[in-house]
Amino acid sequence: MAVARRPLLSKTVKHLLLVPFLVFALFPFYHMTLTSLKQDRELYDRHAVPLVIKQGPTLEHYTKLIWETEFLTWTKNSLLVTALSTAISVVIGTIAAYAIARLKFFGVAAFGTGIFVTYLVPTSLLFLPLAQIVNWVGLGDSKWALVLTYPTFLVPFCTWLLIGYFRTVPKEIEECAMVDGATRLKALWSIVLPIAVPGLICAALFAFTLSWNEFIYALTFTSSSEQITASVGVTSELIRGDIYFWGSLMAGAVLGSVPIVILYVFFLDYYVSGLTQGAIK
Amino acid sequence: MAVRADELTVPRGRPGVVGQVRLWLDREPVLGPVLVTPALLLLVLLVAYPFVIALYFAMSNAFIGRPSEFIGFRNFIKLWDSDVFRQTFQNAFVFTGIALAFKIVLGICLALLLNETLWFKRMIRGAVLLPWVIPTALSTLGWWWMFNSLYSVVNWTGIALGIMTPPGPNWLGQAYYAMAAVITVNVWRGLPFFAITILAGLVAIPKELYEAAEADGANANARFWYITLPLLKPVLAVITLFSTIFTFSDFNIVYVLTKGGPINSTHLFATLSRQIGIDTGRLGEGAAISLYLFPLLAFVVWVQLRFVRKQVY
Repeated sequence: MAVARRPLLSKTVKHLLLVPFLVFALFPFYHMTLTSLKQDRELYDRHAVPLVIKQGPTLEHYTKLIWETEFLTWTKNSLLVTALSTAISVVIGTIAAYAIARLKFFGVAAFGTGIFVTYLVPTSLLFLPLAQIVNWVGLGDSKWALVLTYPTFLVPFCTWLLIGYFRTVPKEIEECAMVDGATRLKALWSIVLPIAVPGLICAALFAFTLSWNEFIYALTFTSSSEQITASVGVTSELIRGDIYFWGSLMAGAVLGSVPIVILYVFFLDYYVSGLTQGAIK
Repeated sequence: MAVRADELTVPRGRPGVVGQVRLWLDREPVLGPVLVTPALLLLVLLVAYPFVIALYFAMSNAFIGRPSEFIGFRNFIKLWDSDVFRQTFQNAFVFTGIALAFKIVLGICLALLLNETLWFKRMIRGAVLLPWVIPTALSTLGWWWMFNSLYSVVNWTGIALGIMTPPGPNWLGQAYYAMAAVITVNVWRGLPFFAITILAGLVAIPKELYEAAEADGANANARFWYITLPLLKPVLAVITLFSTIFTFSDFNIVYVLTKGGPINSTHLFATLSRQIGIDTGRLGEGAAISLYLFPLLAFVVWVQLRFVRKQVY
């Protein structure tokens, strides 16, 4: 075994094999960032090398984006919608998951299956009737429509993820507390939830990411500049007719991703574990 | 249990009204339904009810801002006879089939590499997973720019490496290239999910199996085909089913990259449904297009419930 005798060589080969995958994964982000920092004169020079900045970087696309468009409003809308729908969904999902994981009552199995089935329903199946419902309740072209509708895909996800976490908390701990006089709700609040904190963080992170990234509902239910989210604003308002401002467009794409990137850097391990948990369960 | 909780909380006399409610609430047949009520209301009012409306729309001539009449299955039949819809139907299968094949094969390769002992393990995983967490609509804008007809960095690189003849393909302007482009972006975005999930499956395979096989003289190739792949089957089944639904119903990538063009060659059910239902206002037809997604969804749910989830519970 020639390879086993030279572990360093074999390890280097493995890393080299990973290079194409890493380039594929990261290049679009590199190119987006690069484009957003280039001066227009270099950006639209067909003889320039597109892979580097040679004529000096500039922040003019960012300043233009922030001062000459409604980008800050869109970001504020995104933050509001995302924070509220995440909070609502984690609370509703937590109590539902606890009931499904622990309690015996009429219809619990059917409800669990119902949650699983809705977890699989793609948003593009029901956006047309939901648009009508949103209009009927008077939330047409309002960001509040998104706060109302995002929980429809976040709650099944959070519930499903948390059922798995609650099942790993030993029943005996809770029963001890209840023997000592605590009610179920007290036991849930002071015993089970503290143990399930990693699960709750995971659910909140994924709910935040999913709602920040949501596009089809936001695009369909809102349209005016004061109500739209960052993804919709950047993809629709920055493109006027056939003239594209590629620098600002890429600056918008970069800045619109920043909140997720920040969370991602701090909570990478939660993303990895949540992804495998949520999918395999 | 010998000691009931209520005997301890209320040692003497009758409990007050608040205490009675608390006791009543503490019984599982009561507390359970109370806790699931918010979720249940949400699912009934904003999932089940819209679904019923979708069924009604699909069987009516609903038009934005106009009263509608019931017209039976006419929308479905009319769609089936239209070229645009047939093209979309075909696109959906081509798109899903090819994208899934790439995601499975590349996902297994990447997971096998990530499972090795690596330097900067955490950083590499972080980099691999990144396309999956960034908002798709925004990252697809980056791809849109990369496929631009005049300034495509993909073509520039291809020409520089001598793989393409100048000026290179007009990615989003020609039918087959446009399909290749949307598939590429879908694979790019979905690959992390496959790789990380398959990696979790790989880690769960007991090391002893490989040691025993190696002792019996099985080479790396044989170990992969006779140990790794068979034991990965459950994980592969789950993610393939899961990804089938979400690839088939994809909206963001096609909407941002091509809007379904050129000449409908990249339209998927979701993008066509939006174009017909919102842009032209024919809600009935739009809803009918979305509902063509339903048989596939029902099939995947059935398989998951019948075969896959059994192994977990």
